[in-house]
Amino acid sequence: MKRGLTTFNIASLVIGFGFLYLPIVLLVIYSFNASRLVTVWGGFSTKWYASLFRNEQLLDAIWVTFRIGLISATIATVLGTFAAVALVRAGRFKGRTLFSGMIFAPLVMPEVILGLSLLLLFVSLGLPRGFWTVTVSHATVTMCYAAVVIQARLSAFDRQLEEAAQDLGCPPIKAFFAITLPNIAPAVAAAWMLAFTLSLDDLVIASFTSGPGSTTLPMRIYSQVRLGVSPEINAVSTLLIGLVATGVIAVYLFQMRKRREA
Amino acid sequence: MKARRDRTGLAALAPFLWLGLFFLFPFLLVAKLSLSDTALAIPPYTPRIYWSAGLAGLKTFFAALDFETYARLTSDRLYIVAYLSSLKFAAISTGILLILGYPLAYAMARCAPAVRQALLMAMILPFWTSFLIRVYALIGILKPEGLLNTALRLVGLGPVNILNTETAIYIGLVYAYLPFMVLPLYAVLERQQHDLLEAAADLGCTPFEAFWRVTFPLSLPGVAAGALLCFIPMVGEFVIPDLLGGSSTLMLGKTIWTEFFANRDWPAASAVAIVLLFTLVVPIVLYQRQQAKLMEAGR
Repeated sequence: MKRGLTTFNIASLVIGFGFLYLPIVLLVIYSFNASRLVTVWGGFSTKWYASLFRNEQLLDAIWVTFRIGLISATIATVLGTFAAVALVRAGRFKGRTLFSGMIFAPLVMPEVILGLSLLLLFVSLGLPRGFWTVTVSHATVTMCYAAVVIQARLSAFDRQLEEAAQDLGCPPIKAFFAITLPNIAPAVAAAWMLAFTLSLDDLVIASFTSGPGSTTLPMRIYSQVRLGVSPEINAVSTLLIGLVATGVIAVYLFQMRKRREA
Repeated sequence: MKARRDRTGLAALAPFLWLGLFFLFPFLLVAKLSLSDTALAIPPYTPRIYWSAGLAGLKTFFAALDFETYARLTSDRLYIVAYLSSLKFAAISTGILLILGYPLAYAMARCAPAVRQALLMAMILPFWTSFLIRVYALIGILKPEGLLNTALRLVGLGPVNILNTETAIYIGLVYAYLPFMVLPLYAVLERQQHDLLEAAADLGCTPFEAFWRVTFPLSLPGVAAGALLCFIPMVGEFVIPDLLGGSSTLMLGKTIWTEFFANRDWPAASAVAIVLLFTLVVPIVLYQRQQAKLMEAGR
């Protein structure tokens, strides 16, 4: 593409990114507001963060959410890797169209439909709703994202390396673990992180599939938001945004450095 | 070579079974429940299958199913309004997103490579940030005594009432889905060859003509991907109409939620979900086809 930006290009960038970031920046700023009122700046204060750490309900929800995220992201990444291998490597196999349909459909399917259908499954199986039903539900949806992320990297990977290893007598499974997996490892890590954050952020599916005692952080935030804006929610949101942003930016910088070394 | 390929298909087994059980099979349950009746029971519907009664039980079960719930949906004006307004909100927002997202993606693609990387990262970051939190951030700005009205007062303009109106829903949808529109557009625009535009210029095209006759037609797959990626989930969106639209706005995602949680009418919620699914089946298949084609091309 032609380099050199026109005024129109610059205006598009400023308006677009301004629109995207202004609300988040304001939310972060007002989490340090001493006043309870959202529009009145009462001076800098970290008291909402302090009150956050005394809020047992919120802390419980954070703990539940993290556990669900860790387990579901791990299941999703393992299954997603298998799915990606099948999509990229297996060529035509029986049920391939159905299979790729099941991988791509959940990415765009409205969450209310996914939540409702999973709930009906658990009810008809007679499973009590709680921690594990949310975990399984999250793993189901996020494995599709994981599969897509890993698939992109896998299809760019030069297959000849693996074939060379096999020609030298390496069994296919061993060749996969010794050569292919280390090569797609960045994508596998990225897929895990994506699955983890999607699980951390999910409100709708968790609301349908959770039960008493397994209220997640987004469910807590949602019920408080319905009562109105509160600085405490700003504070917990700021922590979450900070956590995710740090992770994503760290991975990005790491990749940039590796690319420069290469 | 051939034998090795065949065995790779086995990798699909675990994810296939998992998705079959937790994604595909549940839809049959939704379809089944949409044909049942509401009942004051736990779970709150009838008939239920009694496996102990054997085949006869299954027979009475099927005999008791009817399309009553669907008849109720079509006769109740609220459901029809919710259906039409969902499509309206999603279609108009997709249009606004294209108008806003295209110049943005185009400008991103024209930046120097290092800047481009940083901007791409800045565009992906909100995608990782909680949807709920981003919608919540809008409430603080749009509410009557919020930051927008405070800013307007400072420049001497009257207060505007946006929260709990349709405008708020449009702002919310466009805000939340902007990265989903920009990223596929950027992907196609970034790959385009500069030589093509030079060739067009050599052949006497003005820059705008070159854009309109070369760049834009070549970017249409990105336009289609972005539009589908936004339109489909927006039709069933719940969080945005619920938190920004107030109680008077009707959208299908919210209807399913209310029927399920507030009214405990599981058959109605299921029937609405089935209607929504049938509406979206064509766009979803189109999207899936396109993704599969992109995947083949990437190989």
